[in-house]
Amino acid sequence: MTTKTITVVRDLLATNKQAAAAIRAELRSRGILGVNLLSSPGSGKTTLLEALAERFRDRFRMAVIEGDIETERDAERIRAKGVPAWQITTGGACHLEARMIGKVLGDVPAAIDLLFIENVGNLVCPASYDLGEDLRFVLLSSPEGDDKPAKYPQAFLSADVLVLTKADLLPYLPFDPDRAAAEALAIKPGLKVFIVSALRGDGIDALAAYVVEALERLRSGHA
Amino acid sequence: MHELSLVASVFEVLEEKAREHGAARVIRVVLKVGVMSGVVPDLLESAFDTYKKETVAETARLEIVVVPAKLRCPDCGGEAVREDTDFSCAGCGSRRVEIVEGRDLVVETIELET
Repeated sequence: MTTKTITVVRDLLATNKQAAAAIRAELRSRGILGVNLLSSPGSGKTTLLEALAERFRDRFRMAVIEGDIETERDAERIRAKGVPAWQITTGGACHLEARMIGKVLGDVPAAIDLLFIENVGNLVCPASYDLGEDLRFVLLSSPEGDDKPAKYPQAFLSADVLVLTKADLLPYLPFDPDRAAAEALAIKPGLKVFIVSALRGDGIDALAAYVVEALERLRSGHA
Repeated sequence: MHELSLVASVFEVLEEKAREHGAARVIRVVLKVGVMSGVVPDLLESAFDTYKKETVAETARLEIVVVPAKLRCPDCGGEAVREDTDFSCAGCGSRRVEIVEGRDLVVETIELET
């Protein structure tokens, strides 16, 4: 019996990174902007997508991939807005992985402009998985508290855009949007911050305009 | 809490390397876990112990090397190790720092019995 030690140096997320790179290349070649939405459960990801679907109607073609542990509910809500939606049920897994998106991508019509991916509600695990998106949103709702960025730094560090949601509840809560934004910006300088109420429509135009600018950058080759 | 799916990736590597080297058993596995990787070493150990039964690594010992977050500042060129969530440069205070180490999860070395 002999023993030997071998050097491996294998990145455990390498498979995901490769699958994500293939998706990013595919989306860019099709001129589609991919957006990955991260947040804890109940922060308003689906409601935000419903509000964006109304803003983009008749102007941009949008599609949505929904990730949840169980049920088709979110995909049904999006379809009710006239937007094609695919539901991935992970059956317990706490995040979406790039190869799950890759399997659905073949069904997504080529003639779309925006592909939103709503991740499983979880502010921890989805942060580690690149899905091949060009923009990552992290949502933080006012009832969750303005102290969350420092508690869940990876999610904020990995994002391009911070969307502070449920602004309609601000008069009733001790949530300070400036504090939340400052804490997030201390982790990720350059993070774009939007304050919205998807129910009332506040801030949705500005966020929609930002998404359109990102789409135009992608299509002009300056993503 | 995605440690079990990561451990499944570890075992893909172990089985591949055991086959490649004609090894009967895996004795030891060294994993490098970055503090910014989003993974909890204790949970990784539990997941490893659950997964290893009836595999080539049934009796293997898992060693986890925690890699601290290393920041590099493009403004002053300084490098520093940070474990808290203040990502500004310790030297000049710049907020443009890059994380150069501490985000990865890597199977570093494996000890095999042949």
